[in-house]
Amino acid sequence: MNEMTTIPVPTTLKDWESDQEVRWCPGCGDYAILKAVQRTLPELGADPAKTVFVSGIGCSSRFPYYIESYGFHTIHGRAPAFATGIKLANPELDVWIVTGDGDGLSIGGNHTMHLLRRNLNCQVLLFNNEIYGLTKGQYSPTSRVGTTSPTTPLGSVDRPASPAAFALGAGGRFIARGFDVSKNLPEVLKAAHAHKGAAFVEIFQNCIVYNKDVFEEFAAPKGAEDRQLWLKNGEPMLFGNAKTGDTKGIALDVEKLTLTVVDVVDGDWQAAGVIVHDVTNRSIAHMLVEMPFGPFPMALGVLYDDPRPTYDEAVLAQDETARAGKSTDLAKLLAKGQTWTVDAADQGPLSNV
Amino acid sequence: MATTLAEPEVTTSNHPEAVVVRFAGDSGDGMQLTGGQFTLSSALAGNDFATFPDFPAEIRAPQGTLFGVSAFQINFGSTDIETAGDAPDVLVAMNPAALKTNVDALKPGGLIIADTGEFTKRNLEKAKYEVSPIDDGSLAKWQVLAFDISALTMESVKPYGLGNKEALRCKNMWTLGLALWMFDREREPLIDWLKAKFVKLPVLADANIAALNAGHAYGETAELGGQLHKVHVDPAAAKAGLYRTITGAESVALGLVAGAQLAGLEMFFGGYPITPASSILHSLVRLKEFGVTTFQAEDEIAAIGAAIGASYAGKLGVTSSSGPGIALKTEAMGLAVMTELPLVIVNSQRGGPSTGHPTKTEQSDLYQAIYGRNGDTPIPVVAACSPSDAFDCAIEACRIATQYMTPVILLTDGYIANAAEPWLVPDPASYAPFPVTFLTERNGPDGTLLPYARDEKGARPWIKPGTPGLTHRIGGIEKNPGTGNLDYSPAAHQTMTDARKAKVDGIANSIPAQTVALGETSGKLAVVGWGSSFGPIHQAVRRARAKGMDVSHIHVRHVWPLPANLGDLLRGYERILVPEMNTGQFKTVLRDQFLVDAQPLNKTSGQPFAIAEIEAAIASYFDGAPGNAGGDEVPPNAKQLPSIKAANP
Repeated sequence: MNEMTTIPVPTTLKDWESDQEVRWCPGCGDYAILKAVQRTLPELGADPAKTVFVSGIGCSSRFPYYIESYGFHTIHGRAPAFATGIKLANPELDVWIVTGDGDGLSIGGNHTMHLLRRNLNCQVLLFNNEIYGLTKGQYSPTSRVGTTSPTTPLGSVDRPASPAAFALGAGGRFIARGFDVSKNLPEVLKAAHAHKGAAFVEIFQNCIVYNKDVFEEFAAPKGAEDRQLWLKNGEPMLFGNAKTGDTKGIALDVEKLTLTVVDVVDGDWQAAGVIVHDVTNRSIAHMLVEMPFGPFPMALGVLYDDPRPTYDEAVLAQDETARAGKSTDLAKLLAKGQTWTVDAADQGPLSNV
Repeated sequence: MATTLAEPEVTTSNHPEAVVVRFAGDSGDGMQLTGGQFTLSSALAGNDFATFPDFPAEIRAPQGTLFGVSAFQINFGSTDIETAGDAPDVLVAMNPAALKTNVDALKPGGLIIADTGEFTKRNLEKAKYEVSPIDDGSLAKWQVLAFDISALTMESVKPYGLGNKEALRCKNMWTLGLALWMFDREREPLIDWLKAKFVKLPVLADANIAALNAGHAYGETAELGGQLHKVHVDPAAAKAGLYRTITGAESVALGLVAGAQLAGLEMFFGGYPITPASSILHSLVRLKEFGVTTFQAEDEIAAIGAAIGASYAGKLGVTSSSGPGIALKTEAMGLAVMTELPLVIVNSQRGGPSTGHPTKTEQSDLYQAIYGRNGDTPIPVVAACSPSDAFDCAIEACRIATQYMTPVILLTDGYIANAAEPWLVPDPASYAPFPVTFLTERNGPDGTLLPYARDEKGARPWIKPGTPGLTHRIGGIEKNPGTGNLDYSPAAHQTMTDARKAKVDGIANSIPAQTVALGETSGKLAVVGWGSSFGPIHQAVRRARAKGMDVSHIHVRHVWPLPANLGDLLRGYERILVPEMNTGQFKTVLRDQFLVDAQPLNKTSGQPFAIAEIEAAIASYFDGAPGNAGGDEVPPNAKQLPSIKAANP
């Protein structure tokens, strides 16, 4: 997000709908993410004229066409590079990058890494559907081992990347997770926008054609309370059903230096040693992004949020310092260095070094 | 080049028109520095000059080896100098390896100055000499002046208490001192420069100055048996004005700054380190006060991506690389064509495919520049012919990019990037500004926005994000001819492909008509060139004309689109010869575009053309001329296509 966007512009969800026909498959999780973004932008007071959505290639990357703002659909994996140029050229623009697991972690993994370590002030929404959709269903760098696809008929054998762990490892200062149909997604997006610097949001997205319901185990509404850990800063990491008294929490196993699931008896989470979420604790963040779903619930919400100075500010501040008090006379610049004059009369050299 | 004789001429007089000197030594001997300072002294003496730095790809190759030799050649004279010279008159060889790798280039009768202190058994072995060439008579066709420069240097810096290694580092200044004496040059500017360079280490300044003075004194006083004598080269007649030395890399950087100013824009430069293009980024990072923002990207693709992003946001996006890096940028160049955003892409060409010949020069990326992309992706191409010409070409690239909303490729090469020449400093006010305008209001009927409406040049409007009321989306997918919205229809792709081509073709209307650089607008033979082969072609044609041959020189700056009159001009000559440092790329373009019987003259050794090579090729077209004494028609080259006449009897 951007400090300069101080005057909120009143808009409604409708104002953020472009006149373009949305071309995702019926039932695609992208529709829900689009609506969540369009619902969030008015709440942020965002100005369509100062908002730019930048994307690479893939199903997710069609996103900018459907938002009534400025939009740039670029080339495969390279959206972070374009976004960097846009932000450095005009830091007043509020830049959103929309990418996918193939676009952002496979062909464009390098750019994602460098955008995060530089800490460009922008939002990165990585739609993770664990499959290549637009090219018709090949396995992706986040596909689980054993995924069968046109290129892995016997099941994939390579281990998947974890987007959130990758982003944190690359130096990201804001890491969050959500999923397409979650009612909490706008809150996650708002937190991302409020973070000054590169805000990385992994959004689990259901590809109903090539990888249907692959996140159902934690995303399904039924039993969600047992399988989703929604993290809130300053609050204990609790999940499970409080009404039935079946509350659980995440604690630190001090012996093994790992997280562990503990039962909370009579609501006494302190006694159970449940951790209070501190979004600035990088060590816990490393544990949360690596926390395996199954033995643990899926960690969702803001996992980590600890801002640092941004790349664009640093570049522009350095430019400003370098420019201060310097002449911008091009004629003087051209005549700089070791020069000499040739006299019209004698054609001889008159050194003036 | 001053000599008007075809045969190599040995400089025996002490008042020649031009002299070629080559300094060669180990990469650690400071030969580029020595050459650079000798160049400056040539400039101060009022000589015209051209230089050719030739250094190894390795940063610090093992000492004394053949592949670790670094050389710097300068051709300076009292007449127009357009090449670094064919064959040196003087070779300064700081070790056996430098002698071995450079001596064959020396003119017969030329002078070798060798440091015997380095002709040790070990160094001779490293240079693959069984016996010292100084003793075995193998250098008989040259004059040899061999003495222990190392020892003389050590002696001269003794009072400063330097270590052995540091003391020996002053050898290059000793040698430079000798060269300054030999060519009747002032030492003062060099002494000032040394004082400034070592301002924090005055003892090194003093030692280097002592070595410089000692070398100079040695020339003055030593009994050198008449081999070494003082030579004076008169100042060259030159247009009056202020001059400076400039390399191509500096010139491109300054030209881009000037171009951005003329367009009324700030510049964003995205680059990634690559030889020999990095020096452009090195220059631009120091010019931030001219509205320049630089970005060292994570790779070549990110460099161009960020530059396109900056152009999209309303700055002049520029990226620069060499062939392999340009290859990586290709997909993004297609996006810039598709989205019709201004962008300048500088390619400092180097040799060979893949990593190839990274520190050598070649003109072999012409196909890549004109044709090397997927789809029908026309991009205009401007090629610089010399370090100073690169300034104007960079401005021209900025003009075309912003006026036509298109990426433009500016071709230079390793020779242009590194070589230095005197530059008559231009007045920026003498260039016509080409201010850009951004769209601020909706431009379509009934208050609609048409980002892909076209002006009379075929260019679309430039719309900056941040402009209220003009939100729209662009991308690499084929689009509707007016709105720019996704449009896969057959009609849209046909219309847009045609429009992109027509726009770039139309640039031919805004560039100057092709002129003849030297000679007549018709005749027996046209020698047609582009890029940095300008110098040797020009001098070869000049010499041939002096001998009465009907030959003209045509130099093409706008290699795409080609000047509108070029076809008619070429058809006015009986024969067309195209010398290129590649296997015949421009020759093929000319044949394709104009169905003319262009014949190739190719060189891909990593070295620029020698004037004599082109002169010999010209002579072979003329009965009785040296090189074609038999008077027969030139036999066709079996490797090339038959002439039009032969193919169509």
